Amino acid sequence: MTTKLFGTKVKRVEDQRFVTGQGRYVDDVLVGQKVLHAAVLRSPHAHAKITDIDVSDVLDVEGVHLVWTMDDLTGPMAEPLPLLIPHPALTHGRTQYALADGEVNYVGEAIAFVVAEDRYLAEDAVSKIRVSYDFLPAVVGIPAARAAKNTVHEDVPDNIGARLEQENGDARAAIAAAPHTLSLDLTIERSACTPMEGRGVVARWDPDTSRLTVWSSTQTSTGVRGCVAAKLQLDLAQVDVITPDVGGGFGVKINHPWPEELLVPLAARTLGVPVKFTEDRREHFISSAHERGQEHHVEVGFDDEGRVLGLDVEFWHDHGAYTPYGLIVPIITSTQLLGPYKPASYRVVFESLYTNTVMVTPYRGAGRPQGCFVMERTMDAIAAALGKDRTEVRSVNFIQPDEFPYDQGLIFQDGRELEYDSGDYPASLEKLKALVGWDEFPAMKAAAATEGRRLGLGLACYVEGTGVGPYEGAHVHIETSGRVKVATGLTTQGQGHQTAFAQIVADTLGVRFEDVEITTGDTRKMPYAVGTFASRAAVMSGSAIHLAALRAKEKALRIAADALEADEADLEINDGVVSVRGTDSSIDLGTVSVLSNPLRYAFDEASKAATQFSVGDPGKPPVAPGDEPGLEGKDFYSPERATFASGMHAVIVETDPDTAEVKILKYAVVHDCGHLINPMIVEGQIHGGVAQGVGGALYERMAYDESGQLLNASFMDFLMPYVTEVPTSIEIDHLETPSPLNPLGIKGAGEAGVIPSAAVFAAAIEDAEGLPIVAMPISPSELFHLRQEHQS
Amino acid sequence: MPEELHEVRLEVNGATHVVEVPGRRLLSDALRHDCGLTGTHVGCEHGVCGACTVLVDGRPMRSCLMLAVSAEGSSITTVEGLTEPDGSLSPVQQAFRDCHGLQCGFCTPGFLTTITAGLEENPDPTEDEAREMIAGNLCRCTGYQNIVKSVLRAAELGR
Repeated sequence: MTTKLFGTKVKRVEDQRFVTGQGRYVDDVLVGQKVLHAAVLRSPHAHAKITDIDVSDVLDVEGVHLVWTMDDLTGPMAEPLPLLIPHPALTHGRTQYALADGEVNYVGEAIAFVVAEDRYLAEDAVSKIRVSYDFLPAVVGIPAARAAKNTVHEDVPDNIGARLEQENGDARAAIAAAPHTLSLDLTIERSACTPMEGRGVVARWDPDTSRLTVWSSTQTSTGVRGCVAAKLQLDLAQVDVITPDVGGGFGVKINHPWPEELLVPLAARTLGVPVKFTEDRREHFISSAHERGQEHHVEVGFDDEGRVLGLDVEFWHDHGAYTPYGLIVPIITSTQLLGPYKPASYRVVFESLYTNTVMVTPYRGAGRPQGCFVMERTMDAIAAALGKDRTEVRSVNFIQPDEFPYDQGLIFQDGRELEYDSGDYPASLEKLKALVGWDEFPAMKAAAATEGRRLGLGLACYVEGTGVGPYEGAHVHIETSGRVKVATGLTTQGQGHQTAFAQIVADTLGVRFEDVEITTGDTRKMPYAVGTFASRAAVMSGSAIHLAALRAKEKALRIAADALEADEADLEINDGVVSVRGTDSSIDLGTVSVLSNPLRYAFDEASKAATQFSVGDPGKPPVAPGDEPGLEGKDFYSPERATFASGMHAVIVETDPDTAEVKILKYAVVHDCGHLINPMIVEGQIHGGVAQGVGGALYERMAYDESGQLLNASFMDFLMPYVTEVPTSIEIDHLETPSPLNPLGIKGAGEAGVIPSAAVFAAAIEDAEGLPIVAMPISPSELFHLRQEHQS
Repeated sequence: MPEELHEVRLEVNGATHVVEVPGRRLLSDALRHDCGLTGTHVGCEHGVCGACTVLVDGRPMRSCLMLAVSAEGSSITTVEGLTEPDGSLSPVQQAFRDCHGLQCGFCTPGFLTTITAGLEENPDPTEDEAREMIAGNLCRCTGYQNIVKSVLRAAELGR
């Protein structure tokens, strides 16, 4: 009997190549072959008109093959980059050009593109391009954008790209009539994904077949393929996009096409030589995307128990210079802010604002960390106002287990109703309280206080819409060797898909785990796909792979039943062998695969068994009507709406009375992502999310000066946590409320760990210090100043 | 004017690579592009992240902070050279796999080389010493929890 792998800690198959240096990342592609290297001239100014670009000195640089500015681009390449996700409320959406068209709107915007023998020479050439500018005032930060003394785009009044309002009930009337009310102003600063590998793209044009092969470190191969074909005016069938191993994404690589994703393929086709672009670290800071920067105003009305009667949230989202990814981030904040709660009425309105800074696209959590911060700070404020335990106030506001599916009465980021599928929030809270020692904490805090130590405990709850559509697909092919080749189109950036998906296939088909090989993100093998974002891979591709494997299994059983002269219902598949239950009669799947494809020509011993003289009923067509040759299964999964994972974090911190440093004493996570495919991988995702959250709460920020220069665009200055900054252990407990929406009952897990961080640290620091924390991240010096302000 | 090239003999993982490189070529680039050893990854090119760490005469060095010409005469070990002669995984490599010490794998080569050298110096680290051993390397995926475990597991496997 094959052991069930779903739900077990199977070691990852991809690790063998990663730990031996055999991974294949985009900068490794075509190493050892003739390839040219690209470099990009980027704007050193945040806002300026370009009056002249002089490239004449570049032509003298040895080894330069090509230099392009906007004047060299034609047709669709000379038009703005696509606005990927339009929305009716995005009345003033703007996107950049592949190369600046007379104006630059952030430091880092691409102006010119050079291809040379190697990257060193390409950078030499870039440094010889002379650009003349007329400077314009830079709009930096939300207050400046709102004041609109200056505008980023002259045809966008008041820097407002979009304004969106949603309301469920009459929140303002409910607040006016409520026995208690509070107002809060809450701020989250900018940060960024900063994967260890930046962006990169390689392209090769094959003149013999008129085909373009593009390798990109992207979260969506099919998205890049569509854009490259459209911009280069090629048929989709002429473009293959392969996503090799990717050194982390965290959201930034879902945006596409980046200028280089178009310029590199165009250069490769123009020059007839493969071209490569590899982003360096400074480029990643100033020319990829950021997120998180938002300011919020909350009005809330509640009763004596802390039940929220009306919640009215207004917020301002800094989307940077352009809006290629539409309104996804602020829409997610505005909807997912509600978390596990059911306020009697809710109104939310946001403005999405232009600034002369790097554009904003989703970063792990994608607007949820801000929403969670707003809601959880509000819950803590209500508890403080009523003198109640913070968990009690949350409990009275929870959606109860018997209320699912629960419709929040809003429209979610995918254009569907915000309807939660399942969950058990009271059970999660009980687990969290036990895990962190909630009831024991007051004594612990008091004991520490007698030693002059300041301890604080915080908690934060979230709900995460995961597995949004529209769809993913899978193709399962059982080869005549018995090996199972599986392709799904979305990409992988370290989530261990080759392992988790193989677990699903092994269980569903009844084959050995070792015989399953998973390919992701290769449009040659699965041209229909969406991408990896929104914690959707396990839900979407996991489900599609399960369904496709079922189809392959159905066919295998049908052919095997014929071959074994048995009833399908009596067959079972274990370790790749189909057998008649309770007998010795069996056939392996490889042979079934041979039989599935009636052959004219025998090319080896096995295929002899499949020639038309050997198989089938001579009175019938070799391939039955409606059937296809080959032992394959293909299917797609397209759910009605998202699944909703949830979780709660708690942290105990100690703040230094002198230096205001924040030390993490205990970090606890209760996590519910439905059924777990591989608990080891899920826990790894939580660990990583928590560490990223620690960075976002205590260290990481984008330090722009008033002229729009990013002052900390390096790993020396942008403080990403090392091991010394993260908790020494993370206590994790799982709750599994399966999703009724997909066949495996799974929900996503990728982003969860980072969502409650700002909220949970703010709560813990507030508890330790006894002063309100309304802006995150918070550095020791900021906490020190807050103490001084609070005392005076 | 074309760049002046220098012939450099690089001893990498026991093999000799003779490469012709300009004086400014980084060791990381020479290893990756001239020797074709792409296991060494470049994460920041300013010596902070540690992804490009290789062993130079047994000591962990950031190959993005060294020029290829300055490595002449040194013995270099990259991640590819950590594997045992029979192709099996070294204790550190095995430990990372056992403990889920990696996700995207990009920073991993730098951790593996750093820990290999660290355990050479201190074969039996405490948990705090394990943390200290990896405190100069950045990872964005794992939150370091399982990397610390991997150090301790590697020490156990190496005994």
